[in-house]
Amino acid sequence: MRYVDEFRDPELITKASEEIYRLADTGRHYRIMEVCGGHTHAIYRFGLKDVLPANIELIHGPGCPVCVLPMGRIDDGLAVAKNADVIFAAFGDMMRVPGTHGSPFEHKARGTDVRIVYSPADALQLARKNPDRHVMFFAIGFETTAPSTALTLMRAKMEGIRNFSIFCNHVTIVPAIRAILDSPDMRLDAFIGPGHVSTVIGCRPYEWIARNEGKPVVTSGFEPLDLLQSIVMLLRQLKAGEARVENQYKRVVPWEGNRAALKAMAEVFQLRPYFEWRGLGFISQSALKIRDEYAEWDAEQRFPIPGTRVTDPKAAQCGEVLKGVLKPAQCKLFGNECTPEHPIGALMVSSEGSCAAYYNYEHRKAALVTSISSVA
Amino acid sequence: MAHGAGGKASRRLVEGLFAPLLFANATAPLGDAARISTDGSSIAITTDSFVVKPLKFPGGSIGELAVNGTLNDLAVSGARGQAMVVTFVLEEGLPTPVLEAEVRAMAAALRRAGVVMVGGDTKVVERGKADGMYITTTGIGRPMPQVRIDAQSVQPGDKVLLSGPIGDHGITILLARGELDLEADLSSDTRCVLPLVEAMVEEAAPGIRWMRDPTRGGVATSLNELARDCGLSIVLSEEEIPMRNEVRGACELLGLDPLHIANEGQFLAVVAPEYADAALNALHKTDGCEDAVVIGEVRAEPACAVLVTTRYGGSRIVDMLVGDPLPRIC
Amino acid sequence: MCLAIPGKIIELVPNQAHLGTVEVAGVRRKVDLGLLVDDMPVPGDWVLIHVGFAMTKISERDAAEQMHLLQMLGETEQAIEEVRGYGLDDSGSFRSMSSGTS
Repeated sequence: MRYVDEFRDPELITKASEEIYRLADTGRHYRIMEVCGGHTHAIYRFGLKDVLPANIELIHGPGCPVCVLPMGRIDDGLAVAKNADVIFAAFGDMMRVPGTHGSPFEHKARGTDVRIVYSPADALQLARKNPDRHVMFFAIGFETTAPSTALTLMRAKMEGIRNFSIFCNHVTIVPAIRAILDSPDMRLDAFIGPGHVSTVIGCRPYEWIARNEGKPVVTSGFEPLDLLQSIVMLLRQLKAGEARVENQYKRVVPWEGNRAALKAMAEVFQLRPYFEWRGLGFISQSALKIRDEYAEWDAEQRFPIPGTRVTDPKAAQCGEVLKGVLKPAQCKLFGNECTPEHPIGALMVSSEGSCAAYYNYEHRKAALVTSISSVA
Repeated sequence: MAHGAGGKASRRLVEGLFAPLLFANATAPLGDAARISTDGSSIAITTDSFVVKPLKFPGGSIGELAVNGTLNDLAVSGARGQAMVVTFVLEEGLPTPVLEAEVRAMAAALRRAGVVMVGGDTKVVERGKADGMYITTTGIGRPMPQVRIDAQSVQPGDKVLLSGPIGDHGITILLARGELDLEADLSSDTRCVLPLVEAMVEEAAPGIRWMRDPTRGGVATSLNELARDCGLSIVLSEEEIPMRNEVRGACELLGLDPLHIANEGQFLAVVAPEYADAALNALHKTDGCEDAVVIGEVRAEPACAVLVTTRYGGSRIVDMLVGDPLPRIC
Repeated sequence: MCLAIPGKIIELVPNQAHLGTVEVAGVRRKVDLGLLVDDMPVPGDWVLIHVGFAMTKISERDAAEQMHLLQMLGETEQAIEEVRGYGLDDSGSFRSMSSGTS
């Protein structure tokens, strides 16, 4: 696979790892946060921690849209769908996320029409193909995904497709990063910046992190060589006492972002005054809602929404893990009451949530003492 | 639904509910097929249900799966399938040509395998149930005397063999459902693996410790079951695992792990190291098994886990599937 | 929010201005090109696909430059160490042997 395989070259990975060992100051403990859930997933999937020195600690950030979605929003979306005619369409990521009365899949087993879609465009296509049914797309995601939802809405309006609506849960990444940095327990040295969000918003939105907080940021790709190269770039900055925003993912991320995508978002969405983030509480100007010009396609304006609010059990320490203050294994519920099969908190539900990633890829590896060498 | 997907939930259902109530007399851990003794002869017996949607897909159909699947369970338990019985649960309104096509497909598969269908039953249920049709086949077979399948005999140092590329069946079905609007030149790998197993048995019987056909839940689930049954660790080498380009592409696009995807024409074998080469050579000489390869080995640690390693020294744990594999966007 | 894969545009869909067929390792899907209106891709271009939409064009030049940088990793360091081994300091002048490192 082109533009993928080259960035998984084992020899170059070893070389990059050696460079990191060379650059890392043995007397120093580095705390680097990768904001994006996709990066968390990649780190575990490729076993990158095995090629990093012990004094580089990777802290998993809150960039997982499923993880930060309050349970009440799932309850609300499913409540709307229970109305017999509404098809609840969502990404596969959502299907096993528990609501108060079960996950979308569990609702499906009880008769709600729940469908997995790969794209909001597919949800719109469902509406075209089922003119006598209403299709509600339960939209999640940061700025990577919001433009696609926006374009889909614009197309729905242009074609006059009325049996379609969006239940919008899009959130924005910068307020989440701000919440991390504002947290008193936090001590971070640098950031591996979001990769695909940056294809839309560009690199400028992170400049305040370098300028005001004095932390280097490198926007990174998702292949092993991308992440390792980003760590090299961060270490070089830290060594030189610099704090800048750099773009490692140049082949795909434009510094200024994607104007057409930003335009589509501005056309369809506006910022909510505030929005509740699971684990982080209420954050102002951090989420998108559909503009009045598209009210007809806004599920929150077309259907009565219960406005459910659910508090997580006190024992679940999702907030602290989300902010990187605690490691997944340090939460008292981890691995006992809370596992991927019966998740209590959101971080165990999404496969890229720190707890699920750690559980699925790592927690039993601790028993392995000797280094793993190639088998065949 | 998760209870049928082949992974953790399925296992809990079987072990937690069925086994204590129904299988209390079983003398061995639950495998692909059971052995019963009658009048001094040993017979292998197994049963399987097939509920695939769509009924017909590139490379095969439900009828073929129903025959091959059961014969494969017998083969990897070390038995040659001899006879089968079948039950059909048909949805009211199922067009006769569809049913006829499946029966023909089954007859062809039976002929190819030299196995006879000796009986069966049919029921019809109302419209809206049974997704068209469900088929259950029960097969009996004669154990191959030289083969002794036993998870407890697996030891550190044993090699893990895989007969061919993974993921063809599961991805073909996913694409055939049409919900994801993806196209690829892929077909199900459904086939009877008995000739392949026989070839391997011929050259390496004393070294064969364990076999399984990695159907629902994929290679990861089968190997996790083994790891738990023998209390050891299975360590795989990622670059050795064979996979078609299209399977890889679909998995990357949808965020799926190929190790969790169902296969209907492959098998895994754990073989003592001194017999691994002979086993592999025998497979390579057999039609349709040119891609057989050693994908890993058994180690002592970490106990009861399956690990995948990369050439550059990275590793990750691969767990059993929980529910069906779901496409993701994150 | 993060799963995006590089794919090649095989053809533009006739009569549907904003759709293209993209191929990833032999798997094909129609992808919406509406976010790339400012610089529409043509068949043969590589794009990054996320939830059925093309997010950006992939720059072959930047990818090649990145590979080059990765291949060079550590080589500058090695060159410097080699130079030091000759008894030259970083400016290229000879140090006195007694204070030189080997």
